[in-house]
Amino acid sequence: MEQSVTVFSSFSVQDLSFLGEAALRTLWISFLSITIGSFLGGFFGWALYEMKIWGAIFLNPLLDVFRSVPLIVQLVLFYNFAPIVGLSLDAFESGLVVLTLYTSALVANVARGGIEAVGKPMRIASRSLGMSYLQDMRYVVFPIGARAIFPSWVGVALGVMKDSALVSVLGYVELVKASQVLITRTQEPLLIILVVGAFYFALSYPVSRYSAKLEKRWSQ
Amino acid sequence: MFEYNFHWRPVFRSLPDLLEASLTTLQVASLAMLLGIIIGFILAVSRLRGSGSIYWIATAWVELARNTPALFQLFFFGFGLGALGIHFSPYVIVLAGLTFNTAGYLGENFRGGFEAIPSTQLRAARSLGMNSWQAYTRILIPQVMRIVYYPMTNQFVWVVLMSSLGMLVGYRELTGETQFFASKTYRIFEYFAVTAVIYYVMVKIILGLSKLFASRFFRY
Repeated sequence: MEQSVTVFSSFSVQDLSFLGEAALRTLWISFLSITIGSFLGGFFGWALYEMKIWGAIFLNPLLDVFRSVPLIVQLVLFYNFAPIVGLSLDAFESGLVVLTLYTSALVANVARGGIEAVGKPMRIASRSLGMSYLQDMRYVVFPIGARAIFPSWVGVALGVMKDSALVSVLGYVELVKASQVLITRTQEPLLIILVVGAFYFALSYPVSRYSAKLEKRWSQ
Repeated sequence: MFEYNFHWRPVFRSLPDLLEASLTTLQVASLAMLLGIIIGFILAVSRLRGSGSIYWIATAWVELARNTPALFQLFFFGFGLGALGIHFSPYVIVLAGLTFNTAGYLGENFRGGFEAIPSTQLRAARSLGMNSWQAYTRILIPQVMRIVYYPMTNQFVWVVLMSSLGMLVGYRELTGETQFFASKTYRIFEYFAVTAVIYYVMVKIILGLSKLFASRFFRY
């Protein structure tokens, strides 16, 4: 009796939950790197603004590297660099570190722009009213600057969310990697790829529309 | 401190190949950019003046390009269309993916550029007896170019960086070539470090040239 073995099996409901889990991983690594990266980037932006000379000599060229080298190269480079200096990081941790630094480099520029968007007279006025430097930052610069840069920050955050797809190169099973696994098994590339695309789109499109609407309203 | 022995010799031996691959990168990026500019203009004009299906197709293109990962777009042109029996070579996949993405982003940029020009100018041009083509090419587009020049430069840098995704669809541009050599020699870190430097230099040259070009052509 001959038994036939099928290597491929068709797309099933279980696969949807597999994709869903992978989608959560995409969301998780994006959320972490955007959050940490934004704080770090805000700090870098402040440093670039306050320390003009040191920023121009050291910080800016350093951040520039993250903006001028493809993310995929950064990921592979760091993943292979970590063991050299004795760190044992898995794909998720390496991806997180690189994505966070990448986010912070992008946010730094945006944040500096935000601080610069607050007029000098306003800063002088707040200090003249007796506010300390920190109070000036907290109550004057932050509310005005944050509003000015909010749309570009959303742009950066959505960009990072989409770029997190590249962590699949390291073998982290996020959405795109999961889709590859499924495609190999089910041989139904078009369907799976469209599901994955629809997920990213459903996440990114409403947010970008909302931020565009806010931008329009705030600019009036 | 390091227990790892760096071996740079194989990297330097294949440096000519890497530099040649970086020319491939520039070539595919430039072509994608050129096509992206042309399609981007068409998309922008269709969204501003088109109606019905033309408007919707252009809008769908722009939103899809901007709200899904570039990697997804490449995969779509790769094995997504492969499912329909349409097979492209890696070069065409990269070119199509990059063009699709860039056209979407540029379309949105150009639309902003067109909207920044008062509509009275178009009407004035038409009243002076220019036909629509003349009004666009002589009055509107020269002004739009000025407005979108810097976003366009940034976009080109993005295209160069994004072409690194070619590695994942088997195209041997700079990153793909690096991956090829790295997996041949297992000197992954060394190869990608050199590639990162090449990308950095490439981006700096592009930005420098674009500044030179701008100071030459956009003098007021």
